[in-house]
Amino acid sequence: MTTASVDNGVNVEHLLGARQALSEAPEAAQFTWKATNEWLNGTHSRSAVDSYHGLGEEHQHRSTFTFEADHPLVFGAEDNAATPVELVLAGLASCLTAGVAAVAQNREIQLRSVKATLEGSMDILGILGGDPDVRNGFKDVKVSYDIDADATADEIKALVAQSQKRSAVYDIITNPTNVTVEVN
Amino acid sequence: MRTTTVVVGAGHCGLAVSRRLTERSIEHVVLERGEVANSWRTQRWDSLRLLTPNWQSRLPGYNYRSHGGTDPDGFMSMPEVIEFVSGYARAIEAPVRTGTTVTSVRPSGAGYIVDTDKGRWECETVVLATGGFNVAKVPDLGGSLPAQVSALSAFEYRNPQRLAPGGVLVVGASATGVQIADEVHRSGRPVTVAVGEHVRMPRLYRGRDILWWMERSGLFDERYDEVDDVVRVRKTPSPQLVGTPERATLDLNALTDQGVRLVGRLAALRGTEALLSGSLPNKCELADLKLGRLLDTFDEWADESRLDTVGPPERFASTRVPESPPLSLDLARGDIRTVIWATGFKAEYPWLDVPVIDRKGQVRHDGGVVTDSPGMYIIGLNFLRRRKSSFILGAGDDSGDLVDHLAGHLDSLVAA
Repeated sequence: MTTASVDNGVNVEHLLGARQALSEAPEAAQFTWKATNEWLNGTHSRSAVDSYHGLGEEHQHRSTFTFEADHPLVFGAEDNAATPVELVLAGLASCLTAGVAAVAQNREIQLRSVKATLEGSMDILGILGGDPDVRNGFKDVKVSYDIDADATADEIKALVAQSQKRSAVYDIITNPTNVTVEVN
Repeated sequence: MRTTTVVVGAGHCGLAVSRRLTERSIEHVVLERGEVANSWRTQRWDSLRLLTPNWQSRLPGYNYRSHGGTDPDGFMSMPEVIEFVSGYARAIEAPVRTGTTVTSVRPSGAGYIVDTDKGRWECETVVLATGGFNVAKVPDLGGSLPAQVSALSAFEYRNPQRLAPGGVLVVGASATGVQIADEVHRSGRPVTVAVGEHVRMPRLYRGRDILWWMERSGLFDERYDEVDDVVRVRKTPSPQLVGTPERATLDLNALTDQGVRLVGRLAALRGTEALLSGSLPNKCELADLKLGRLLDTFDEWADESRLDTVGPPERFASTRVPESPPLSLDLARGDIRTVIWATGFKAEYPWLDVPVIDRKGQVRHDGGVVTDSPGMYIIGLNFLRRRKSSFILGAGDDSGDLVDHLAGHLDSLVAA
């Protein structure tokens, strides 16, 4: 499938094999991703991720990953960590960049460097409750890629476009999702 | 009643199969629930014309010229398509039983029993030619439209005059969506189009019809077992083309020029709100890049073949995406009175009592050979055997291949 000369470190055969296998056994394709979160103090909290469900069983990550979040000094907080909305930007960037690498591998394009810059613009009168017509979330999100690869400009654009088409986080951000929050 | 082969459906595909069977002296009947070319008579809007130029309308033993046509670069209206397909049925003397609805097809011994409202047929082989596009697909959006908004599918749509005055939301921007959007907007009803994944094509490229390029460059003949992802290509939406006497291009820029509003894919219905995806820039860029690659392919082929009968290479302006398209539309506000679903079509086989249906309700097949049920064939689906399979001119090669296989199967039954 891929030539030895192109190596972006993505196991494309594994992904294509999984697609084939899961198309024939769609119930195994049902995954549940999980996280826990605990309040520390003020607006500072810590999330942990250690397991997920998929392929019909529970899986452990190689270790427990933690992510802290807080609010910045201008909000009167302690700025112990990135804000939650910055973590959303990080999630989008990581998802798109993983996609760029996978698509490039599948298309036999060698990457040398991939860098993304993200900006999410927000009118914080929304979260402050200062203007009922302003939404809480981003007004818009801009992602800008600088990519050095053995490919034409259009081929590189196509990598990024295809990555968006197959990105979970891009879909999560651009499309509505039902969210249920319960108190035990 | 007994015959060797029952063909279900007397559209252009079923008739092409009939012609191939006749060539081989294989006894058969073609069962048709309505009249010849039934879907073209009953499931199309008034102004629709074929996407393919007249000179591409050819079937085994018949073509536009032998039909008596005089406008090879034109595009047939629906009455003309009905006359073309009916003329074909007469010319090949197809054994069509009209007004005969199949109620069940099931295996029996080495063959099949086909029950109809006009009696039972027993046969060795069955060809399903009921079409891949006879049910409108409407997405499950987790809600329903407000009562004051009327909704109709592309099958129910006939012309703008039948719609309420006021705004119209057309959901989908493939061939059906852009054509209906164009016509409805021209009627004075302001149109918003919800745009998902689409295939952009100019009508003319370097002075030739884009489908001339598809055919002559060999792309139309690309086989299902040669592409790297047959699942994806079979799901590729129909290109944004329209057949008009002016040979006009009808892409999203043409709609924008007219004042049609573009918004993102319709993602969900929540209360009275239609929620729209923020993915419009990506969908447009994907289509622009894909068009660029297609034109690159054509240019390379033209260079290699030293074509001197075409104009110079062209590139088209990128799709203009609105600065901040809205992410929701309040359907209770009254500015949108009608929603038209142009979200694709699918086939349904409620009468097929043979275990060959996949989890998506479609027949499992290998290039039209229903391998899980020997002696059964299917024709007329997207990219069944070739890129051109769903176009009228695709029926010729596909019917030839499938009837070759069918004849081999009959021989094996005799040998056994």
